[in-house]
Amino acid sequence: MSMAAEPNELRDDVLNGLQLSTQLEKVWRTPSGLVGALMSVDHKVVGRRYIVTAFAFLLLGGILAILMRVQLAGPEKTFLSADKYNQIFTMHGSTMMFLFAVPVMEAFAVYLVPLMVGTRNIAFPRLNAFSYWMFLFGGCFLWISFLFNAGPDVGWFSYVPLSSLQFTPTKRADVWAQMITFTEVAALAVAVEIVVTVFKLRAPGMTLDRIPLFVWAMLVTSFLVMFAMPSIMVASTSLILDRLVNTRFYDSSSGGHPLLWQHLFWFFGHPEVYIIFIPGTGMVSAILATFVRRPVIGYPIVILSLIATGFLSFGLWVHHMFVTGLPQLGAGLFTASSMLIAVPSGLQIFCWLATLWDGRPVYRTPLLFVIGFVVIFVLGGLSGVMVASVPIDTQVHDTYFIVAHFHYVLIGGAVFPLVGAVYYWFPKIAGRMLSERLGRWNFWLAFIGFNVAFFPMHILGLIGMPRRVYTYTADMDWAHLNLLSSGGALIFALSFALLLVNVIYSLRKGELAGDNPWNASTLEWATSSPPPPQNFDRIPVVKHRDPLWADSESLPVVAGLSAERREILLTSLAEAEPQIREASPEPSIWPLLAAIATTVFFIGSIFTPWAVLWGTPPMAVTLIGWFWPAGSKEDEE
Amino acid sequence: MPVWVRIVLVLCTTWPLAACAGRQSTLDPQGLQSEQILHTLFIFLGVAAIVWIAVVIVLALGMLRRKRLADQPLDLHQAFEERTGRVIIGLGVATTVIVLGLSFVSYAGQRIVFAKGENALTLKIIGHQWWWEVRYEDDSPHRSFVTANEIRIPTGQPVKVELESADVVHSFWVPSLTGKMDLITGQKNELQFTAKNAGVYRGQCAEFCGLQHAHMAFAVIALPPDEFGRWRDRENQSANSPADQLGKQGEALFRARGCALCHNISGTLAGGQLGPDLTHIGSRTTITAGTLPNTPATLGAWIADPQHIKPGNLMPKMPLQSGELIAILHYLEQLK
Repeated sequence: MSMAAEPNELRDDVLNGLQLSTQLEKVWRTPSGLVGALMSVDHKVVGRRYIVTAFAFLLLGGILAILMRVQLAGPEKTFLSADKYNQIFTMHGSTMMFLFAVPVMEAFAVYLVPLMVGTRNIAFPRLNAFSYWMFLFGGCFLWISFLFNAGPDVGWFSYVPLSSLQFTPTKRADVWAQMITFTEVAALAVAVEIVVTVFKLRAPGMTLDRIPLFVWAMLVTSFLVMFAMPSIMVASTSLILDRLVNTRFYDSSSGGHPLLWQHLFWFFGHPEVYIIFIPGTGMVSAILATFVRRPVIGYPIVILSLIATGFLSFGLWVHHMFVTGLPQLGAGLFTASSMLIAVPSGLQIFCWLATLWDGRPVYRTPLLFVIGFVVIFVLGGLSGVMVASVPIDTQVHDTYFIVAHFHYVLIGGAVFPLVGAVYYWFPKIAGRMLSERLGRWNFWLAFIGFNVAFFPMHILGLIGMPRRVYTYTADMDWAHLNLLSSGGALIFALSFALLLVNVIYSLRKGELAGDNPWNASTLEWATSSPPPPQNFDRIPVVKHRDPLWADSESLPVVAGLSAERREILLTSLAEAEPQIREASPEPSIWPLLAAIATTVFFIGSIFTPWAVLWGTPPMAVTLIGWFWPAGSKEDEE
Repeated sequence: MPVWVRIVLVLCTTWPLAACAGRQSTLDPQGLQSEQILHTLFIFLGVAAIVWIAVVIVLALGMLRRKRLADQPLDLHQAFEERTGRVIIGLGVATTVIVLGLSFVSYAGQRIVFAKGENALTLKIIGHQWWWEVRYEDDSPHRSFVTANEIRIPTGQPVKVELESADVVHSFWVPSLTGKMDLITGQKNELQFTAKNAGVYRGQCAEFCGLQHAHMAFAVIALPPDEFGRWRDRENQSANSPADQLGKQGEALFRARGCALCHNISGTLAGGQLGPDLTHIGSRTTITAGTLPNTPATLGAWIADPQHIKPGNLMPKMPLQSGELIAILHYLEQLK
């Protein structure tokens, strides 16, 4: 494929392979030095930072989990005070949900989606850099507050009126609410980038029915983010307003209502679970196809299931509120809608089982994690069907049964695929393989540790142990199971320590990976490991859903893109036909400065409403700098 | 209850790790509602167990079965793909049928659990950080009284509790009798249950309500109807006057040392409304919202330093001489 050439521009069709490689690398590379690093808009650089930061928060959240398990290992322990425990369980939930689970999935998408759809950079790369800085600053804000004993202590759900000024007069609830704002800005930005990247930057020929399943999953997730996150932003902003300037959104004595908070929170909170789980399914589909050596059976069924899950996930938030005194028939209908989501989830499981059935499995670590995923996630899904029932929920709601259920769903459904994904894509990102021997230890410790830690919690909930208690008395018969659970948690933590050791060791000593160590089929494996700044020397043309399996010798490519400036190819939404060549932004320091200005604005505004006024001009200045025309050829046209 | 449910329960209660028949357990139903819920729960559990085992078996067979040898990932048989697709759709339809069936099972159970009983005894329960105010209300004011953290009910008669909150959201939960219901600021909720057997059933706040959420328990004591009637008559009376000199001294100190600012003792000048009503404190089995058994030693320790036992609770430590503490304690012990 070739396009009409303009005079006097260096195009990729006049350069040979090596020249082109060198030339594109010069054009696309991140500037050197510290300032250069801070200016980077390369999706791989930003994606790597995003992944590492999210895993750092996983480590911190995991340490908190261990502290809680030590406190609960026996009755009436005084290892943690009530105040510390309440801060710690709030921080654990908030960190895992807002600073680990959602960001890490988006981080993988930031790194992988442009590679998988065969383009040179993500759409809106400066927004991408801005998103990372906002995420980093928001996370640090929360954790620094916690270290100064100002960490939130009202739960990751922050129910009013407990989080209102009357019952939480300190800044703790504001810290929580404003951390939400930071992470939501970051998440929304990435969602927009992913949608545009998938819709407009796909390699020519990658029609909708040739998009890899992981990319489909991230596309659906991004839409979920765009529809769910505004709800929590409205909720947390009005909470801050209630606390700072005496609005009365949640004050029942002035016409507000505490249940308004619960509706807004769970209208976000339930899709949130699928925002975490759907990327996990994408990872499972990607890993499974590669390691059972055949495409996933029922590609359209999987995609329709993803979309159906996305829609249904907005229709069942009320099952978090079955014991708030809702009308009985209404609650009963939400039982049915909650259970119906088992249908698309089940269809995906059936597709994967059939794929495994027909495939020729190669049992490497990523596949082990996928098998662990099926065993754990199906159990969690089925306990989910149980808690969707109103009468059952009135007993198990807010008990350890629920703690067990959502850890089975979230760790089983998202963290197991995620760790599998780390083993799977680490060679692409780092250029070296992770140790398979350590990987097997990692899997078995994780699988056994997880089940020993969380299965007993089902029983604990049924024999009456509520959530969020910092201790319990010796006569409650909960001690043995809690001790068992704490032991399992230590084993589970050990498995992550092993992952960390494996990553550090393999970064230096791991076996070199080569372009496509797993002989996989998608485009990210068609370039070197790690990929060069331009991703691909020549943009591939896709003629098959599994391009590297169909054209195992060499892929057809596009010719005619500029080799002297950053240029990407836009294609049509459905058929991915080439439409236009488009400039892609140069590195810039402005996203970082804008993020700093926004951070000052956000943090200031929990102390005084005047910060909203004085915080705006610096933001405006940084945005003007950001969007100042660079005098490129395109701008002049 | 079907036989197999009984067998499971027996197995549970004899399982050394988890003594499921604890005083606060979904698996130890002693009320009409909790029994129905457990019934529904076991139906769901049975279906879930069958599905999970089936998935794991298919997974294991899929891994173990003999595989084709050549590594040609795209060498697929169209007929096989289409047949498998139809099987998957069929399983999807089966899943739909199962979950819709379970929805009906659930709704049928829900109708029974939330059915309104005739001739119910009505109580009002108000949640406070971190204790329970229990009001026995009657059309005639002299038959109404207030107590705290201990709810006595007759067996066999439906009990209707009206739930309100004085501060934040709490949740009323006595698993042996029925499921939970939230106490929400600015809203009146309602819950009905019927105890089948006499006994002491522990309950606990189930919605996170702040610093001492873990120490917000209570007890429901189900009594045979005639015994309940006698208790109610006794509870209707004003507090006992102290019988001895030390007790009289204690009563005076109760007012002089500020206790009466928060606590009510009917028939005396102590009329505070912030803390639990202490008119019959001597007859209660536990103190400080189910945290400690009610003995002279624990009550004394509590009054001497409430912040040590339950840090952050709203009862301040009052400076008392040891003689004064003994007098107050002696007085309270007599309030049977």
